[in-house]
Amino acid sequence: MKASTLVLILATTLAIGAAVLPWPGERATPTQRVIHVNARQFAFDPPRLHVNRGDQVTLVLHATDVVHGLYLDGYDVNLKAVPGISAQATFVADRAGKFRYRCSVSCGSLHPFMIGELVVGPNTLLWRAIALTTIAATGALAFLYTRSREVAR
Amino acid sequence: MTQARAPASRRRRAPTPHPVSVPRFELTSIRWLDAILRWRPLQFTLIAATLGFFVLAILTSLVGTPVGNRNFGIIFVWIVWWALVISLLVPLAGRLWCAVCPIPAPGEWLQRRAFIAPRPLRTLGKRWPNRLKNIWIQNFAFLGVAVFSAIILTRPAVTGLVLLAFVLLAIGLSLVYERRIFCRYFCPVGGFIGLYSMIAPLELRVKDPEVCRRHKTKECYLGSENGFGCPWLVFPGSLKRNAYCGLCTECLKTCSMNNVALNLRPPGLDLLVSKERGLDEAYKAFIMSTCALLYSAILLGPWGALKDAANMEDWRTWVVYAIGFIAMNLAVVPGLFYAATWLSRRWARLSHAPTRQLFIDFAYALVPLGLMAWIAFSLSFVLVNISYALPVLSDPFGWGWNLLGTRDFPWTPYFPARIPYLQVPILIVGLIFGLYITWRIANEHASAPEQALRSVVPIAALLLVVTFGFLGLYLG
Repeated sequence: MKASTLVLILATTLAIGAAVLPWPGERATPTQRVIHVNARQFAFDPPRLHVNRGDQVTLVLHATDVVHGLYLDGYDVNLKAVPGISAQATFVADRAGKFRYRCSVSCGSLHPFMIGELVVGPNTLLWRAIALTTIAATGALAFLYTRSREVAR
Repeated sequence: MTQARAPASRRRRAPTPHPVSVPRFELTSIRWLDAILRWRPLQFTLIAATLGFFVLAILTSLVGTPVGNRNFGIIFVWIVWWALVISLLVPLAGRLWCAVCPIPAPGEWLQRRAFIAPRPLRTLGKRWPNRLKNIWIQNFAFLGVAVFSAIILTRPAVTGLVLLAFVLLAIGLSLVYERRIFCRYFCPVGGFIGLYSMIAPLELRVKDPEVCRRHKTKECYLGSENGFGCPWLVFPGSLKRNAYCGLCTECLKTCSMNNVALNLRPPGLDLLVSKERGLDEAYKAFIMSTCALLYSAILLGPWGALKDAANMEDWRTWVVYAIGFIAMNLAVVPGLFYAATWLSRRWARLSHAPTRQLFIDFAYALVPLGLMAWIAFSLSFVLVNISYALPVLSDPFGWGWNLLGTRDFPWTPYFPARIPYLQVPILIVGLIFGLYITWRIANEHASAPEQALRSVVPIAALLLVVTFGFLGLYLG
């Protein structure tokens, strides 16, 4: 078998492994969390939230200047808060990864870019992506090099 | 002046073997497609359609609601048009947008004193200065737009004024200079479309360069009764890259030797044409990649302070932001790339190649990664915000109309949690493509595979770090 073919098979095998094999990561004991999020034009505070997979999360949204919303990607959460009247929702963070929360009520010029981030750990998607990218890059270079040596011979 | 009917020999053709040994499929060998491309009113018809949208976009931007997501101009220019151009047209068809772009049309019609029929151009006859025959103006124009992007993208009136300024500038230049000087040397959009069009699997080329060399009348460049001379100031006979061909197909119409073809070919070939590489294009690659990275942090990131700075909440903060933005584009990223190039040259002992030349050549490896990064970035906000397009179709000015009954269609983000699963493979494809281009460029300078590998590693490491940066912003 040619070296370049071997490189392709090896890289493909490693890539499939990185994509589907169980990823080492510590699973914390699920807890209940209450998180207060302040919304103002055009940012959330805190801008990034970290919870563990399985946590029961209660988000309490406070609008500090105009009416704001909070739509959480990947979870069925959509809140609307008026200044002085907060809104809240409870959900179980059962999907790992990074999920953006966005203002869902038109609040001014930068409204479409008013974004926060909820990271549900362990964020295995990021590490799988980094592993896949590294394998793809290394595999591509190794393939090009071995192929070029075969052609040179 | 009437259009000459195509001779019988032109109407019945087989694909022409291409002199270069890469597989190509001549699309103009398909008779109906060839007939459409040779139909003189084609470009006018397409531009008339886009001009209608464009006029509506300017009107709604200038006199419609100031709420961006309820304004046709903002939604159709920065979401619908942008998604169409960056995700579909450029990667698949190169500069096809330039063929139908309405911005230069009024100026071109004034210059030609005609919508369709070929006539001698009427301008002041000034020649464009030689020292400006590059894309530096486009680079700075794009940076100028980019540094104000948070304002331009979200304020309808500003969008309208910018688009109007482009049209007026294009008209002015068309009256003073010959042909499409605005498109070729000024348009900030054309600059990056030109760079990324080199990836596209679609090309307009001559079938046999020898025919052009022997042919004396050069109608393709000078024009004839069948069409105008190349509006892009390109001589098709020496055309080897998509970068400056606007796909207007005038040369296809004017060539009496039937020597011009539209081909499908493997993507990215133009990036390997070493003769025409330049520092201006290299910097365009840096600017585009850096802007994709910065936009991903500023517009899609969670950092309110960055958004406030970009949004000119306080002019002093904005000045700092603007200086940082420009420095990242013109100094930091190119500086890191220069360092990688220097390392590559030293480690591979490429002493016969100047570092500057390697710096320019290797910069083209950023083109595939840059384009894929822009597609990944665009997915993030296009899929989330595309649903705003339905209400503004019914109520383009935001005045409460309900023309199509879609005014109250709610904001509906599409697959927001699935977007990272699209972004990762897109970035990986861009990286692998970029590494392949790096490898091919390295082989232009190296004498053996080992030397090529040593010269590629520092550049590959930098491309990998850049990809990690995007992954961190999207997934981290």
